[in-house]
Amino acid sequence: MNSFELLLQQLANGLTLGAIYALIALGYTMVYGVVQLINFAHGEIFIAGAYAALTVILMLSGLALPWWAVLGLCTAGAVLGCGALGWGIERLAYRPIRRAPRLNAFITAIGMSFFLQNALMLIFGATDRQFPTLIPLVRWQLGGVTLTLIQLVIWAASGALMIGLQGLVMSTTLGKAMRATSQDLVACALLGIPVNRVIAITFMIGSMLAAVGGLLFGLYYNTINFHDGYLVGLKAFTAAVLGGIGNMPGAMVGGILLGLLEGLGAGYLSAQWKNVFAFAILVVLLLFKPRGLFGERVAERA
Amino acid sequence: MLRNRQLWVWWAGVLAALVLPLVNPNPYQIDVLATALLYGLLALGLNVIVGLTGVLHLGYAAFFAIGAYTYGLLNLHAGLPFWAGLIPAALVAGLAGVALGLPALRVRGDYLAIVTLGFGEIVRIAFTNLEQWTGGPNGLLGIAHPSCWVPGRGVVSFGVSSAPYYYLILLLTILVAGLCARLSRSRVGRAWIAIREDELAASCVGIPVLQLKLLAQGIGGSIAGLAGAIFASKQGTVTPDSFDFILSVMILAMVVLGGLGSIRGAIAGALILGTLPELLRGFEQYRMLLFGLAMILIMRIRPGGLFGAAHRLGRASSLMRQRTACPAPGG
Repeated sequence: MNSFELLLQQLANGLTLGAIYALIALGYTMVYGVVQLINFAHGEIFIAGAYAALTVILMLSGLALPWWAVLGLCTAGAVLGCGALGWGIERLAYRPIRRAPRLNAFITAIGMSFFLQNALMLIFGATDRQFPTLIPLVRWQLGGVTLTLIQLVIWAASGALMIGLQGLVMSTTLGKAMRATSQDLVACALLGIPVNRVIAITFMIGSMLAAVGGLLFGLYYNTINFHDGYLVGLKAFTAAVLGGIGNMPGAMVGGILLGLLEGLGAGYLSAQWKNVFAFAILVVLLLFKPRGLFGERVAERA
Repeated sequence: MLRNRQLWVWWAGVLAALVLPLVNPNPYQIDVLATALLYGLLALGLNVIVGLTGVLHLGYAAFFAIGAYTYGLLNLHAGLPFWAGLIPAALVAGLAGVALGLPALRVRGDYLAIVTLGFGEIVRIAFTNLEQWTGGPNGLLGIAHPSCWVPGRGVVSFGVSSAPYYYLILLLTILVAGLCARLSRSRVGRAWIAIREDELAASCVGIPVLQLKLLAQGIGGSIAGLAGAIFASKQGTVTPDSFDFILSVMILAMVVLGGLGSIRGAIAGALILGTLPELLRGFEQYRMLLFGLAMILIMRIRPGGLFGAAHRLGRASSLMRQRTACPAPGG
């Protein structure tokens, strides 16, 4: 494998990781957009999605269904489960303190993250869980680069979801309500937009995207652990900030960029330093573009 | 100024803390309290940065780590005793605070939070990976405990008993709390609060915002450095995983729980959150679950923190300001 092929291979691996990051980052950025809350529990929702999918797969394991049917059913289970979870979290923990100062909401989100993390640990155990390889292991050799069917599925799924989401936000009434809410919540409420419902739906959509991210993560790495929620969540949050938090295309680009950077960092520096690499890039980028890549220039004082 | 009655409460608290090990010599409980007080020291330092100056910092554990590693390395390689090691630990951590602040303070709000978070992660991972100096994931081993001269018994090492550390940390916490109290009422402290309340207005009346923010970072950093040196000497070992992001978040939670900018609040918050996991030990595996739940409930019941300064000050700062004026919940 020559150096160019190595580069391409690292880019392919990075793109896969980046697609997963992007899906999770979208949830962070959407929630931030409507309520200016860094939803720290989002990483836990992501890994809860992986666990929900695993639960469905284990339940169906005796039925000898074809793999695509299992995949569809476990996707449905993860998406519905996490949607309900996101709705419940917003309703029970975040809505009551929506008028409270920002830091309180932040601490509440951290408390929620601790709570969910430990709840998941109690339910599913602290050890790594094996995640079945649902998708057949098909490999292609393109030049010196190896691509797997799983990678293609991840690219296709996250690409389709991102396009779908963009369509939802830009050209439906709900999307218009979401965009309006993120600009001025009070004005929206005065105009009769059901802002509470819009916020709840935003949380649900974000959580559903995270659920798909969790499922894809499980399929790609084949083991899941409750700790992954925190680590991957942090990376996805970084990705959202990289793109400019509150900006949806920014989250997509930020996620993919972070994945690519990590892939390159792992390939050319060392796997140990790849996390430093990702954070260092973020810090340097923010020093030159203090609002991320696509962050809007928001007034300093609201 | 402190009113007389408040001073009384303070002295009563200090007195109670002093006699506690004599009344209740249970080493486990003293150790838990010593650790909680160490958190108190950290919360006091972070309070200078977040509470007084209003800079949201999510990588505070890095300064704690830098202090611990500074003392550990100097002790192991240069044989520096604990008491002398406190100074470089505080200095290096303080300088790290200024060095981070210099480029990072250009960035604002939530973006600054993520820069400090990134800094914290970079420091931790760097300590893990620089194996030839830091011992990698296994950390530094065999760091000397402090020792002091006791009349009639010569120089005695603190060893692994809890009480000497408890008194050492208690003393330092009182000193730092006194320092912070003086500082927050000084010209500098009032300027910090002005920055927290309204940065633009503060700079318009001629407050050197950047310098004062750097000073806050430096002071906050060096307090964490002190705490780090004590931590290293108490444990005898330093491992990078003691300084993870969760620690930074915990210290922040203590400051917020106590009430931003409040000194007694920082200490009270540290004592509550520092002992809560131990108090919940009876619930074993559910304790962190309950801990998270407690954080959510406390924020809901007392949004201004236990001793919130926000209510006494006229306007809420950007950190404390309402995010959005929302319609009533459920409306």
